[in-house]
Amino acid sequence: MAKVLFEGVSKRFGDVAAVDQLDLEIADGELLVLLGPSGCGKTTALRMVAGLEEVSDGSLSIGDDVVNDVDPKDRDVAMVFQSYALYPHMTVARNIEFPLRQQRMDAAERTAKVAEAAGTLGLGELLDRKPGQLSGGQRQRVALARAIVRDPKVFLMDEPLSNLDAKLRVQTRADIVSLQRRLGTTTIYVTHDQVEAMTMGHRIAVMQGGKLQQVAPPEELYERPANTFVAAFLGSPGMNLLEAERVGDKLITPAGEINVPEHLSAVLDGPVTLGIRPEGLHLSTSGLAGTILLVEMLGAETQVHCSLEGGATVVVRQGHDAQRPTLGDPVVVGVDAAALHAFGPDGTRVAGT
Amino acid sequence: MRSLAVRRRREWALAYALVIPALVIFAVFTFYPFIQNFKLALYQNPPYPGLPSHFVGLSQVTSTLTSTSFLQSLESTFEFVLLVVPIGLFGGLMLALAAHKKLKGMAIYQVIFSSTVVSSVAVAAVVFGTLMDPVVGLLPWLGLNPHPAILSNPTWALPAVAVIAIWQFLGLSFIIMTAGLQSMPEEVLEAARLDGARAPTMFFRVTIPLLSPTIFFGLVIGTIYAFQSFGQIDILIGPQNAAFTHTNVLLYYVYTALSVQNNPGLAAVLSIVLFVILLSVTLLQFRFLERRVHYASN
Amino acid sequence: MPATEVQATTRPRSHSRKATLKTVLRYAFLTLGAFIVLFPVYMAVVNSLLEPSQIAHQPPPFFPTNPQWHTYPDAWKGGSLGIYLRNSAIQTAIIVAGQLVTSILAAYAFAFLDFPFKRAIFFAFLMTLMIPFEVTVATNLTTVTSLGWFNTFPGLTVPFLATGFGVFLLRQAFLQIPRDLKEAAQLDGYGHMRFLWSVAIPLARPAIAALGVFSFLGAWNQYLWPLLVTGNNNAVRTVQIGLKQLLNTQLDQINVSLAGTIIAIAPLVLLLIVFQKQLVRSLTAGAVK
Repeated sequence: MAKVLFEGVSKRFGDVAAVDQLDLEIADGELLVLLGPSGCGKTTALRMVAGLEEVSDGSLSIGDDVVNDVDPKDRDVAMVFQSYALYPHMTVARNIEFPLRQQRMDAAERTAKVAEAAGTLGLGELLDRKPGQLSGGQRQRVALARAIVRDPKVFLMDEPLSNLDAKLRVQTRADIVSLQRRLGTTTIYVTHDQVEAMTMGHRIAVMQGGKLQQVAPPEELYERPANTFVAAFLGSPGMNLLEAERVGDKLITPAGEINVPEHLSAVLDGPVTLGIRPEGLHLSTSGLAGTILLVEMLGAETQVHCSLEGGATVVVRQGHDAQRPTLGDPVVVGVDAAALHAFGPDGTRVAGT
Repeated sequence: MRSLAVRRRREWALAYALVIPALVIFAVFTFYPFIQNFKLALYQNPPYPGLPSHFVGLSQVTSTLTSTSFLQSLESTFEFVLLVVPIGLFGGLMLALAAHKKLKGMAIYQVIFSSTVVSSVAVAAVVFGTLMDPVVGLLPWLGLNPHPAILSNPTWALPAVAVIAIWQFLGLSFIIMTAGLQSMPEEVLEAARLDGARAPTMFFRVTIPLLSPTIFFGLVIGTIYAFQSFGQIDILIGPQNAAFTHTNVLLYYVYTALSVQNNPGLAAVLSIVLFVILLSVTLLQFRFLERRVHYASN
Repeated sequence: MPATEVQATTRPRSHSRKATLKTVLRYAFLTLGAFIVLFPVYMAVVNSLLEPSQIAHQPPPFFPTNPQWHTYPDAWKGGSLGIYLRNSAIQTAIIVAGQLVTSILAAYAFAFLDFPFKRAIFFAFLMTLMIPFEVTVATNLTTVTSLGWFNTFPGLTVPFLATGFGVFLLRQAFLQIPRDLKEAAQLDGYGHMRFLWSVAIPLARPAIAALGVFSFLGAWNQYLWPLLVTGNNNAVRTVQIGLKQLLNTQLDQINVSLAGTIIAIAPLVLLLIVFQKQLVRSLTAGAVK
């Protein structure tokens, strides 16, 4: 058990900074999700913790020790790879046992540990099979068993669910969470899937372009995104963004005007980027003018994509009993002003909101 | 805890330790003698063994390259290669095409056709030497008994040893062609069949172009093989034979220069020629053939 | 339309008749090919079993009516074949083992390690494929003789203990091992050598087997070098050179020479039957990706 601490950690490949000045503390026993689009540096950050990438700059600690120069094998971390990295020529039992064979441990103890790890993940029946004879979900569990058998200080998981089908993914997600809560092992979990992030993490660290954008618990991330990137990245679809300018008690957009809501009136001045979740919009008779671009019926809800005058596109979420609009029709989008977020010209959340 | 620099240097040390055994062997037994050839070629050995060789510059090179025996040897070599490679490749291709079908017994035919690849040159020479013997062989019975006997006959000795080399090369040729056929995209053939292509069209317009990388590979391998064969000649003909001058292929010339004439200078000159020929034939084949070869996209 | 109906009913039958004819022709061609390939060997077996009086008989006998099995023990004893086969076995074993070891080690370094001059050294290995051994024999003979290795097993084998082809074949096989496996093993505390032993070698086994078969064939069938480097006694003379000797010394006993030849080829025929797949793989390693 240990905390993991990034202090100004950078990783450069030539001139490109894959990870740029990362400051992040993962508490002992926490499950932290590193979330971001591909190429955002989240996997590089994870691999630095493993020791598979060298730290170019800054200091990386596990527990109380700076590990920048420590061999991967001496860091006492276990990693679950996206590909699972099972040894195809070894049985499930041998795969799980593999990390233990390197330690001084007698055979009986090893066998007991393998049996325990296999039992935890429900692999008892499969110990004599080879990875090639297993389903994707079973392989995934073998990879997990191999990680837990060593009882490491930190688990590192690199998109461990991305090779599973959708249904299995939901199930395994829950299994990993309960396993992590039970073992209480500090875990860093990398994914590009925001649903995974929202459902699994104690906290989520969102990365983009090698930089940390925001780190917060899931609700806070959704309700108070720190900048336009986080706002648009989280949620499906993400937050609608509209350019506007405050004049008096109005917010003027090319498609129409919105009254300045109470919670923003003290802090807004001049140009602003407004953010509003799809559930904060509705088809109405007063508001922003546009045309219907696309109607997506998703069962319980319908998402209506509207092209507003002036070029912006917004998505409106409707309940399934609402009347479905017709493509190409003119439309007026009503705004629930109390749900508005405001971001400054640099994209960061306006202070005090 | 070790610093990164130390760790990296340990990795280097390990890498060199792993590479060095092979590298030493190559340095001593490939690169050094290869370079040494260029030096040896400049020194002439006196006709009496035991005396030191002396520096003669390029004169040994020019005299060798203009000698009748060298030109004769060159001619024999090319004649031999031109007999062995095309016939061997064509035979291998025909057998591979015939055996490339899911029918009963194909596995047995495939083992038979690839079998000559394990035959050594000595074995092949002894087996064929018997068949070609003027007394105990098959030729008298077939009514083909030239005088002098085929393996001492200046006209027929080279084609006769070429037959042995073709037989030996057939197995390798068959294996290469079969592997090529097996890797051919089945859908393309089926598409062509559905398009109503007839057998000859299929063969020349679809099969051969698709197989061209394989044929090309076989051509390079076959040429190298043919230039390096001389065991049949050493066993069945030898330096005392009347047909010797007509079967003295380049590599055999190298061997006799070394172990019969005791003349490393001459052998070095011939080795360089052989290397230059092999290198340029390979490069030529790459240049002129690879461009026309059709590579199926992966 | 009646016309198409008629076609539809008659076509399959004529089609299948044509297909049958084609299959028969195919088998005929295959059998002819098999006959051509096997006939010389068959005649060698027949001749090896003939009585001496029958050998020069015309027309030649195509079947041993009175097989003389004693030619085989005769060849074994008279031609020192046992010694030659033993020498060949030792020579081949050393070369195969040596090539496997040096190739595995070097291929691992090229596939999994970074080091200065890696590209240059790799290029040097590549160059060895362009220099046939035959053009180096003159100096190698001098080298081996000055090392005191003339007519010894080291002289016979050491020049062949490394192979550029083998390094490439195995490097290719190692590169196909997913990087993740290496990293997973690294996190679990496995150093390079232990990873090589417990993961890389088992996973590259097909390629290693193919290289083994290829090396075996090459070593067993060597002709030029053993001819140059073995002396006139039988200390290290290999079976290929022994066969030449057998042919030269027993001209009057062709049946015995041929019996010796059959004995010499037997190990390889067994190898072919057992390792057919690996053999094909190794011989076509460069042909198909």
